[in-house]
Amino acid sequence: MGLTLAEKILSQRAGREVRAGELVVVEVDQVMVVDSIAGSFFKRLEQLGATPRYPEKVAIVIDHVAPAANVEVAKAQKEIREWGNRHGCRVFDVGRGICHQVLIEEGLALPGGIVLGSDSHSTTYGAVACFGSGMGATDIALAAASGRTWLRVPESVKVTFRGRLNPAVSAKDAALEMVRLLTADGATYMSVEIHLEDGAESLTRSQRLTLANLSVEAGAKCGLVVPSGEILELYDVPGWLYPDPDAAYVREVEIDLSALTPRVSVPFYVDNVQTVDSVMGKKVDQVFVGTCTNGRLDDLREVAEVLRGRRVAPGVRMLVIPASSQVLEEATADGTLLTILQAGATLGTPGCGPCMGRHQGVLAPGEVCVSTSNRNFKGRMGAADAEIYLASPRVAAASAVAGFITTPEALEQEVSHV
Amino acid sequence: MSRVWKFGDSINTDDILPGKYAPFMVGEDRFHTYAFAHLRPEFAQGFRPGDILVAGRNTGLGSSREYAPEALRKLGLRAIIAKSYARIFYRNLVNLGIMPFEAPEVVDALNDGEEVELEFEQGVLRRGSETFRLTPPPAFLLEALKEGSILEYYRKHGRFPGEGTP
Repeated sequence: MGLTLAEKILSQRAGREVRAGELVVVEVDQVMVVDSIAGSFFKRLEQLGATPRYPEKVAIVIDHVAPAANVEVAKAQKEIREWGNRHGCRVFDVGRGICHQVLIEEGLALPGGIVLGSDSHSTTYGAVACFGSGMGATDIALAAASGRTWLRVPESVKVTFRGRLNPAVSAKDAALEMVRLLTADGATYMSVEIHLEDGAESLTRSQRLTLANLSVEAGAKCGLVVPSGEILELYDVPGWLYPDPDAAYVREVEIDLSALTPRVSVPFYVDNVQTVDSVMGKKVDQVFVGTCTNGRLDDLREVAEVLRGRRVAPGVRMLVIPASSQVLEEATADGTLLTILQAGATLGTPGCGPCMGRHQGVLAPGEVCVSTSNRNFKGRMGAADAEIYLASPRVAAASAVAGFITTPEALEQEVSHV
Repeated sequence: MSRVWKFGDSINTDDILPGKYAPFMVGEDRFHTYAFAHLRPEFAQGFRPGDILVAGRNTGLGSSREYAPEALRKLGLRAIIAKSYARIFYRNLVNLGIMPFEAPEVVDALNDGEEVELEFEQGVLRRGSETFRLTPPPAFLLEALKEGSILEYYRKHGRFPGEGTP
C-alpha cells in the first residue's frame, strides 16, 4: 500500500516511513504567531523558561486587529515589536497583511515543508503542498522552544476536482461545495488531499489557497493540494512530493467543476451550503470582501469587473480589505481599486478586518452581511443575531450593487429587462 | 458534587469566547467572565470550580484560540465529556490540563443542571447510585498530564512524551 501526501511529507521529515495513526515528533520549518495570540505565546514560553530555539523560524504577524483598536491591543502590539527585536524574530507590522498571505508571499511556506500557525486557517499553506496546521498557544510555544512538534500522522480524505470552472463560478464555490460534501466534522483529525484533474490543474495558486483555507471548515488537520500547473512554475517541487497511486484513503469525494453553480453558506455554520438561488433577494446591510480566503488580487479583480460602471446600493456599506500590502499595491497599480472605489466601496488596512468581529465593520443586531470570509458562526462578526452569508467575491459584489443577495448574471438580466 | 452544564452539538470557539472578548481585547483579568456570553449569559456567573461541561458532536470547532478553553479553565473547569471534539480544541484542552472524555452514551444520559460526582483521574462518573465509566485519553497524552501539563513535561524532560532523547 502506497503513501498519501501527508504520509509522504511526515515520512520524509521523520526520516522513516510513517503511516496514519502513528505519532511522530518532527522538525518544523516555520512557526507563525498572530497578534491576538502573542500574549499567550509569550506567557507559555515564560512558563517553559525558554526562548525560541531558532529565532529565524518564528514570525509574528500583526493582522488580527491592525491597526490597534483600543489601548489593550496597542499595548499587546507594542510588546510584540519589543519582543521580536529582543529575540531576533521577524515581525510583520500593521499593514503588511494577513498572516497566511504574508507567509506565502515571503516564501516562508514552501512545498514539502511543515509550518505551524497559531491560527486555524494555517491549512492554507497546503495550497503549495506545505503541511500547514493550526494549533493553540501552548503547542506553538513548544514548537518555538524546541523547533519540533508532535503529530499524529493523519488519515486522508481524497477530494478530486475535475474539469474547469465556468466564468460565473469561483474557487470559493468549489471550496464551499467541498465543505458541504465533507460536513463540518467530516475530516476531523484528517488530511484533506486535494487532486486537480481533467482541466482543474489550471487553478492558480490563489484559487488553491482558497481551497486549502476552507479545508479546516471540515475539521481538517491540513489540506494538501497535489502540486501541478502554476505551482510547478512558481516553486521547485521535490520529486517525492506526490501521493502514491495506491495510497489508502478513508473516503473519496469527486466534484465536477464544470457543473458547479454559485454557492452560499448560510448562518450559523459553514457547512450549511446552499445554491445562491435559495437565498436570492435577501436584503443586505453590509458586504465585506477580503480575508485569507478571498482577499487576493484575482478576487479584487472579479469584484471590480462586477462593479465597473455601477454603484453600491444606497444603504449598503461595502468594505474591501486587500489581504496584503502587495495585493494593495498591485490592485492600485492596475486600476482595480479605482474601479472599486468609484462604485462607492471603502477601503481598509490589509489585515483580517471585521472577520472575527473586533473592529472595522462590526455588525449591529439583526444586520445581514455577505462576506467572502470563512466563518458565519453566531456572533462571529458582532451582534449575536447578525447574519453572515459566505460567498464568492463575484456574488458579494453583485449583492452590494443590488442591495440584496444576487449574482452578477441575475443583475445583468434585471438591467436588460428594464 | 459537580453541576452538569449541558450543551448541544457544534459548540464553536466563538460561542465559548466571542472574539471581541479575547484577553487581547479586554485584558487578562477579565476575559473569562465572557465565557458563553452570547449563548448562555448566565454561565460565567453560575459556574463553580469543579463543575463539568457536557457537549455533543464536534465540540470546539473553529478557531485555534487557546484562550477560549483557557477562559473555562480559569472558571475552574477540569473535565469535559463530549460526543466528539474538533482537533485543535482537543489539543488545547489537554495542554491546559482539562481532561477531554469522549463518551457519546454518557452525554445522552446526562441532563443539564443535575449533580454528579467525577473522579476524573479514574474516569469514574457517579449520578446517585449509577456509575458511568469514561475511557481516558490516549497514553501519550496521559503521560504528559501526569506531569501536570505538556509544558511541565517538556520543561522537565526536554523532549515530548514518546520521543527519544534529542
